[in-house]
Amino acid sequence: MSLQTTTSQTVGPYFGIGMTWLIRDNLIGEGVSGDRFTIQGRVFDGDGLPVPDAILEIWQANAHGKYDHPEDTQRKLLEPGFKGYGRVLVSHEGMFRFVTIKPGSVPGPKGKEQAPHLAISIFMRGLLKRLVTRMYFPDDPRNADDPILTLVEPERRSTLIARKTAGGAGTLEWNVLLQGPDETVFFDVGL
Amino acid sequence: MTQLAGYRPPYPGTQPNHLHPPYVSSRKRAPTKPLVPIPFTLTEITGPSFGTEILPPKACDLTRLRGGEAIGERIVVSGRVLDENSRPVPNTLIEIWQANAAGRYHHEVDKHDAPLDPNFAGSGKTITDSEGRYRFLTIRPGEYPWGNHYNAWRPAHIHFSIFGPAFATRLVTQMFFPGDPLLAFDPIFNCTADEKARNRLISVFDWETTSPDYSLGYRFDLILRGREATPMGDKLGE
Ligand SMILES: [Fe+3]
Repeated sequence: MSLQTTTSQTVGPYFGIGMTWLIRDNLIGEGVSGDRFTIQGRVFDGDGLPVPDAILEIWQANAHGKYDHPEDTQRKLLEPGFKGYGRVLVSHEGMFRFVTIKPGSVPGPKGKEQAPHLAISIFMRGLLKRLVTRMYFPDDPRNADDPILTLVEPERRSTLIARKTAGGAGTLEWNVLLQGPDETVFFDVGL
Repeated sequence: MTQLAGYRPPYPGTQPNHLHPPYVSSRKRAPTKPLVPIPFTLTEITGPSFGTEILPPKACDLTRLRGGEAIGERIVVSGRVLDENSRPVPNTLIEIWQANAAGRYHHEVDKHDAPLDPNFAGSGKTITDSEGRYRFLTIRPGEYPWGNHYNAWRPAHIHFSIFGPAFATRLVTQMFFPGDPLLAFDPIFNCTADEKARNRLISVFDWETTSPDYSLGYRFDLILRGREATPMGDKLGE
């Protein structure tokens, strides 16, 4: 008889008490290579109102497409200054912002390369378990046949791709809409 | 070449849906469109890890702050982090946070008219040992009112956040106390169909970690997702 995974519960409204100490809104340590981006956005609820109490966690590969994890056995370079983990809390206006590098591509199903992407977990009051989504980078030709993006209906894929902004080439905007016609695509990874 | 195994799906009824209408906050925040199922890739079976060097000193003792002792009943909360295959999950970060003995969070949003305790830390963190064990010294949290429905009170609970070895294993949950009369009325505790799964969120009074003349012990084991027996069939690397 095997054990069963502990039931997920909401982070509630007061998660900042326990989670703020580990904010990582700049993922770039010393000597890290890759194109740098500031990624900013807002989280909106089903009424279109900004969510003031959400936390996003980011997981990504380095610029060579290597995860800092023992199960990534690819012969690619690890960079000690890049762990690949980020954590940001939204502001009262539902805004978040973090600085990172564009990851390289990593292998996907059947050895097919994946387009550069960030894996994102979202926690907040009202969510009994986390939401899982991804952020892809604009104007990357690899997006067109990414093995995960192509599982999404074409009209909804744009919710997963950040947009360029007036803030310059290094600033991207990616919003999270929890409900509504432009609802962000969330993934089922068996939670 | 390495063959990678994915993580098992939950046993039916043991995990909540995003939408649980009795929990009012879920109504405007749960997705309304179906989630898109995706296969496990290297992205989901890897994840962050943290070393003990990130832990502040005495991060597993919540009962002392600013040179004084927190008010309330001292308790030891300890247990193991295991996966579904009963294997210990070593070296993984656990974060906890909770209300003080009076049921008040040290947080600007908490407007409950109960006293703050300047000597209660309110949060703790630790990293499991080589056998997946963890231990916190804290104060038994108080119950507190919330706005979900008329005369709504949360049962006493401690919030837990655990990483595990992969993006796929990340878990946030809450630990409750045996015999709490509020459990039956709490829409968050009652979010899952499976009663046994719910009851596993209730810690167990534990003589072994109860210290004479000092503190009661409660045991709370955390189970993270286990690996599939067979690899995903995808080959990684050269
Ligand atoms: Fe709480």
